[in-house]
Amino acid sequence: MKALLDDKPGKQMMLLGNEAIVRGALEAGIGHGSTYPGTPSSEIGNTLENIAKDYGMYFEYSANEKVAMEVAAAAAASGVRSMAWMKHVGVNVAADALMTLMYCGVRAGMVIVAAGDPSVHSSQNEQDNRYYSVLGSIPMLEPTSPHEAKEMVKYAFDLSEELELPVMVRTTTRVNHARGIVTFGDIKEPAPKGHFEKDPGRFVAVPQNARKNHPRLLKQFGKAKPISQGSRFTEEFEVDDPELHVIGSGAGFNYIYELREIYGLPISILKLGMTNPFPEEKVGEFIKGADRLLVVEELEPFLEDKVLSLAKKYNPSLEVYGKHTGHFSRLFEYDPDVVRKAVSKLIDVPAGGEPLDADEYELPSRPPSLCPGCPHRATYYAVKKALGKTEAVFSSDIGCYTLGVQDPLNTADFLLCMGGSVGAAGGFSKNTDQQVFAFLGDSTFFHSGLPALVSGVYNQHDFVYVVMDNRTTAMTGHQPHPGTGRTGMGDPAPMLSIEDLARGAGVEFVETVNPYEIEKTIDVFKRAIEHPGISVVVTKYPCVLLEKKKLSNPPYHVDQGKCKKCYLCVNQLGCIALVKEGDDVDIDTTLCIGCSHCAQVCPFDAIEPGVEE
Amino acid sequence: MNLEIVGVGGQGILLASKVLGGAALDKGLDVWMSEVHGMAQRGGVVVTTVKIGEKVYSPLIGHGDADVILGFEPVETYRAIKKASKDTWIVTNTAPIVPFTVSSGKQGYPKLDDIFESIQNVSDKFVMIDAKELAEQAGAAIAQNIVMLGALTATGALPLTKEDMQDSIRNNVPERFVEVNLRAFELGFKNARSQM
Ligand SMILES: Cc1ncc(C[n+]2csc(CCOP(=O)(O)OP(=O)(O)O)c2C)c(N)n1
Ligand code: SF4
Ligand code: SF4
Repeated sequence: MKALLDDKPGKQMMLLGNEAIVRGALEAGIGHGSTYPGTPSSEIGNTLENIAKDYGMYFEYSANEKVAMEVAAAAAASGVRSMAWMKHVGVNVAADALMTLMYCGVRAGMVIVAAGDPSVHSSQNEQDNRYYSVLGSIPMLEPTSPHEAKEMVKYAFDLSEELELPVMVRTTTRVNHARGIVTFGDIKEPAPKGHFEKDPGRFVAVPQNARKNHPRLLKQFGKAKPISQGSRFTEEFEVDDPELHVIGSGAGFNYIYELREIYGLPISILKLGMTNPFPEEKVGEFIKGADRLLVVEELEPFLEDKVLSLAKKYNPSLEVYGKHTGHFSRLFEYDPDVVRKAVSKLIDVPAGGEPLDADEYELPSRPPSLCPGCPHRATYYAVKKALGKTEAVFSSDIGCYTLGVQDPLNTADFLLCMGGSVGAAGGFSKNTDQQVFAFLGDSTFFHSGLPALVSGVYNQHDFVYVVMDNRTTAMTGHQPHPGTGRTGMGDPAPMLSIEDLARGAGVEFVETVNPYEIEKTIDVFKRAIEHPGISVVVTKYPCVLLEKKKLSNPPYHVDQGKCKKCYLCVNQLGCIALVKEGDDVDIDTTLCIGCSHCAQVCPFDAIEPGVEE
Repeated sequence: MNLEIVGVGGQGILLASKVLGGAALDKGLDVWMSEVHGMAQRGGVVVTTVKIGEKVYSPLIGHGDADVILGFEPVETYRAIKKASKDTWIVTNTAPIVPFTVSSGKQGYPKLDDIFESIQNVSDKFVMIDAKELAEQAGAAIAQNIVMLGALTATGALPLTKEDMQDSIRNNVPERFVEVNLRAFELGFKNARSQM
């Protein structure tokens, strides 16, 4: 993606929303970027991994979102333009820092990209992060497309400097993961190193300062009001004699605008780009002349509630349609069908294409699954063997290993958030007599698993703490973390040892095992279960997608003569390369990577390396 | 022009959509696409939308509003059928990828002939491509995605010529794979034309 560095104003490129966000930051002269990966924001970091050095800025993967926010805050306080980006739930982790950072404000521009995931494509919830902007008095922009995302990010740096406050750019999956034509502007030199001018009254949030800084925040935020009234990202699309007025923002706006343009519908639309502070007079003027108004926004009635209260003042007889009237749902992302259906209840809309009336089939589902040869699968198999008939609670966490929730492994019983496996395991161990396991990945360990471990040791919790160390942050696209020995900019880094950290926290039982050696792994787990208190087991083997090029084992095959049709490999290990064909078990050689797990678990030695002769 | 590309993670759908988007951009057309990244990529369903025109307004397609469904896998083609109307070209790869829910014996995979017949019953614009076979003929099994692009181009539904697409392959595919992919494209194109 070196082309992102091209200083060719006017050049047009097809960019992913996340790449466009990077370009916007480069056009603003960013000096510092920090993040913890999370869908749908991850490609911002993946892109910077390749170009940060060439551009001349600093970029890091922080251990978690809170740290990413804090390092970016210090950069901006030192006069260096900075950006911190994360998925929507990452803002929950960073919120403690963010809420008080708003009191202190910044000196150079600071932009926070908060990437939401309506429809929960790849997340644990679909919370609407726009409410954070109200909670923290954070000026907020909502882009509708990759090009607008670039423009808004670039502008957000200037706005942030003008207000001396961080600015939030709130995106969603259909912006981050949309690809569209982006027109380049001038690229700016990266911000050079700054100097932190001390001002404890502003930057040290003790109570007496906080009491001064809160009014300061309200004053600065107040200055944003006229800016949002006249924002260049607000657009009006008017018609004579409209039958319907619409207010929309974000990805939802696109579908209503499309419908209007394609059919020439008599709809006047006000598209809001800056939605906090809410541009009251602008909206007031717009709704004054309206009889009926539809609010189009994904997830919560964020704009709709504002419009309803404004209507009392500007147009008490206005009929407002949206989530409260059942025209839209608070659930999931919008698409052309959802918006068409809502609009059709209010005005005539020509019918779209008539879907084919084809026969119904029960189509098999195709959920994501652990890769063939994934070390996590072997770990889970070993845990279940070590337990035998003993019932256990599996407290799970977020990463590829969460896919253990599926048949036949069923090794996830409870899951809330990153790092949450550990605290919950402690809670189960103190409040039940069940055997308890916590499963978390290496990246998750560094993110938030470590403080929870310390808490568990201190409070004498009793469970097996399994760090599934596949040497990477796999689920989000293989980013480095503190245990990998590499930084986000590709430089060597100290390789932090999970084992040493656990021992340092006072854990007595700390063992590392290669999950590819299944018998040995079972043995380690048996001892870990016996050991009182928290026992830490690190199952260490690289993610096979990282290793794919190196792993040149031939695929395995099943010797049908020796196979006794016990189906243990299918029913207990469940590698997706094992195929049941009638009564036989076969191995799909295009999927099998020759990891040997199935051969190790077969009681009859019926699975052998190499292709069948 | 509304195009829905469907298939399974790892089939090269992202590259195919990039080739298409690149060709449209070079032609001065507007393009908007939506892609799948993250969790869904671990062997799950991949749905990519490509919209091309003088002006494009959103990255998603409504029911019945696709101009083409380009299916890289038969069941996934069928899953997308609600996006098609009788005016829609449906171009499908005939090579199945059986999901583990089926290979582990838990669910069934419908008979391919049944699926194809059901599509034929409701659509006159149905093209079946053995992309695996054709890609192997071209010299690389992984070029199935470009075989499918050849077949797509043959429908004439794109506002792009064969030459536009060939140029975009040259621009977007790593140099050492260009020749084999151009062969794959040609085989897909010819095979689809022969069915029309
Ligand atoms: C607060 C928060 N931040 C980020 C994410 C996105 N996320 C999901 S899984 C994951 C990484 C997991 O890495 P690891 O624990 O090493 O497990 P692996 O996927 O490698 O098995 C991340 C960053 C999230 N869900 N929540
Ligand atoms: S990407 Fe790696 S960690 Fe994730 S399922 Fe595949 S092998 Fe396992
Ligand atoms: S060797 Fe067995 S367990 Fe490993 S990938 Fe092949 S089929 Fe799956």
